[in-house]
Amino acid sequence: MTTTTLAVLVPLLPFLGAAAGLLLGRTAPGFVRPIAVLPTLASLVLAVLVAVRQGGDEAVDAATELTPTGSVPIELALHIDGFAALVAVLVAFVATCVQIYSTGYLRDDSRYPSYAALVSLFTSAMLLVVYSGDLMLLLVGWEVMGICSYFLVGHYWETPEARAASLKAFLVTKLGDVPFLIGLFALAADAASFRITRVLDTVANGGLDHPTLIALLLLAGVAGKSAQFPLHTWLPDAMAGPTPVSALIHAATMVAAGVYFIARLLPVFEASQAAMVVLAVMAAVTMAGSGLAALAQDDIKRVLAYSTIGQLGYMTGALAVGDRGAAVFHLLSHGAFKALLFLAAGVIIHAAGTNSLAAMSRMHGLRDRVPDAYWTMTVALLALAAIPPFSGFFSKESVLGAAEHVTTGHSEHAPAAAGWIVLVVGLLTALLTAAYAARLWLLAFRGHGTEAPDHGRQPLTMTVVLWVLAAPSLALGGLAYQSLPGWFDGGELTPTLTTSVLGTGLALVGGIVTYAAWRHTTELAARVPLGAVAAHPEGDAAQVEAEAIASHEPVYGGVAHAPDPADPGRLLLGPLHRHAAVGFHVDAVYSALFVRPVRAGAGLVRFLDREVVDTYVRGAGALPRWLGAAVRRAQTGNVQTYVSALLAGTVVLVVAAVLVATGA
Amino acid sequence: MHLAYPAVLSVLLFCTGLYGVLARRNAILVLMSVELMLNAVNLNLVAFDVWLSRAAEETLHSGQALTLFTIAIAAAEIGIGLAIVLAVYRNRGTSDIDKLRDTAEGHEADASAGDAAAAESAAEKAEATA
Repeated sequence: MTTTTLAVLVPLLPFLGAAAGLLLGRTAPGFVRPIAVLPTLASLVLAVLVAVRQGGDEAVDAATELTPTGSVPIELALHIDGFAALVAVLVAFVATCVQIYSTGYLRDDSRYPSYAALVSLFTSAMLLVVYSGDLMLLLVGWEVMGICSYFLVGHYWETPEARAASLKAFLVTKLGDVPFLIGLFALAADAASFRITRVLDTVANGGLDHPTLIALLLLAGVAGKSAQFPLHTWLPDAMAGPTPVSALIHAATMVAAGVYFIARLLPVFEASQAAMVVLAVMAAVTMAGSGLAALAQDDIKRVLAYSTIGQLGYMTGALAVGDRGAAVFHLLSHGAFKALLFLAAGVIIHAAGTNSLAAMSRMHGLRDRVPDAYWTMTVALLALAAIPPFSGFFSKESVLGAAEHVTTGHSEHAPAAAGWIVLVVGLLTALLTAAYAARLWLLAFRGHGTEAPDHGRQPLTMTVVLWVLAAPSLALGGLAYQSLPGWFDGGELTPTLTTSVLGTGLALVGGIVTYAAWRHTTELAARVPLGAVAAHPEGDAAQVEAEAIASHEPVYGGVAHAPDPADPGRLLLGPLHRHAAVGFHVDAVYSALFVRPVRAGAGLVRFLDREVVDTYVRGAGALPRWLGAAVRRAQTGNVQTYVSALLAGTVVLVVAAVLVATGA
Repeated sequence: MHLAYPAVLSVLLFCTGLYGVLARRNAILVLMSVELMLNAVNLNLVAFDVWLSRAAEETLHSGQALTLFTIAIAAAEIGIGLAIVLAVYRNRGTSDIDKLRDTAEGHEADASAGDAAAAESAAEKAEATA
């Protein structure tokens, strides 16, 4: 088979798996698990094969025009360069892990068939985005992911949190997608083609008429999809979905799509200095804000959600300094360790029966209950905190190195201001990242208090996947940083000494300060009893998680935070904690800016409809009603009255007839 | 005999019946009045049949034949009518058509009073059958 055929099969197989799963889910329940796992696994094998054949050389391009559109042609096109090949391997790899994990996680879930089918569809859509060589084709995958995330985040639709979160995820990403669509049209209008290669040719020849406008419009869609400030608010709430879905959304699909899109079309953004500065500011605000917010969250998954936002900030930061190699490198290593973090968090939530860090910090010996999750999560957190030699260190240093390179003014791709912004905030975020990673680890695994509940061993499908993902989290960065430039643009990804020392030093400082704060506050934990565990610990992990999510607000007074004085984050953040816990009131701002005006408008429309329009309608109805009431009075119920009226009528008619007949 | 006599008699009978239908309160008497009106019509039919057939060379006496139909139909009608009155009486304990106003506008408003009366009559009926 040619590389093109293989590449077409990569997104097609999960799509067929999804269709088969949706069709056969009810009639043949025994086939649901093979149908879910095998197509994704096959597509992983094919993606690896495509990557090996492509080998980082000349990009594979293939296109066929389905039907003439009359104006700008829309083609089914593939464009597989080194970026696409490697990102597709990551997507297929994480999706396979998630599918295998889900067979254990949603073991007894009655909606597993549709869930697995939607995960397959999600994977297929992301692979389409990755391989697509045509912007319209890319948009198809982009929007299919949007609707899949809506369904999957709302998987526990019995809980109000999940319903609200799924709607919010859909609406917020759509808010970005509208400008995104306009941006695509504007880009295609300037380039006279939707083909990515031709668009890039046009940009290289300086053929874009409105680079800043186009870049900013596209940036809105990217901010929505990749959860960058100010459209990041859907991501922490999306934690109301099942943990494997969070892993999929955060590691490989959805949020990666935005970063990948900019990486593909980076020359378009580079054509506008203003767009690059906006991108840098967006990345900086996202990184710093999410780092602070992550320190204040109580839900273990929300900590990870904010950390995803922060790590995506690094990637957009790398793009803002014009180094897409560093961005995609970080995307790959982050995909591995973030998937691992979420899947391990799912195991921990199942074992602890709660998603609250405050409750976990009051459990003794949780790490002995889930040794696999403990060790793999330790690896993943070290990778997240960018401690050498874990993979996160190399990818994050490549980002910081790229930023430092730009600050010296040697790069014509990006303004030096963007470099300074990304470098300074990136270093600050390294400190914050290490701090919240340490806080998460200490609270979850170093708890004091009553013995953690024993629910037996976790399903094998769930624990094996953790070790599979631990390998790239541990070693990907170190093994790949020398060979990856050959796949990418050829830019240097080796860590530079200055940023390495600075970044690692700051990370260590963050970790040590958090440890000190934890030592200081942990005595308080015994004094303030807190926490609730799941009502059905014997249920499968999905049920335990759904109960944990539903009970968090009644028990702790909020979905995001808990009134826990023993939390080291509270000590570290001081007065900021209150604001960080609610995500710096961005939701409140949105509520004031959008929700309340819309509600007020709806109230006005309702008033106009009920009080003004309806008055005319009621007025038109009133006259017949009054007439009817008058006529109804004749309805006495007395038969004799009716007969009398009949007689009177007959007499009148007869008299009239006689008068007419006689001509009087 | 001159045609005027049966015609006047028939008019009197019809008016008596009409008065009875419009004025009597007892349902049985109303039915009887209906019979009077029917019989007035019958009388007319017979009288005019005789008057018309006097001049004709041959006649089928269709007026008299029609009368037989009317009598038969009246018998059936009175049977059903009386059965209905009987059923109403058993249900309501009365055959006074002034009190049978279920189809009146706003009847539901005083339904509770009607229910009380119905309960009362049901008790009476139970006594009567016992």
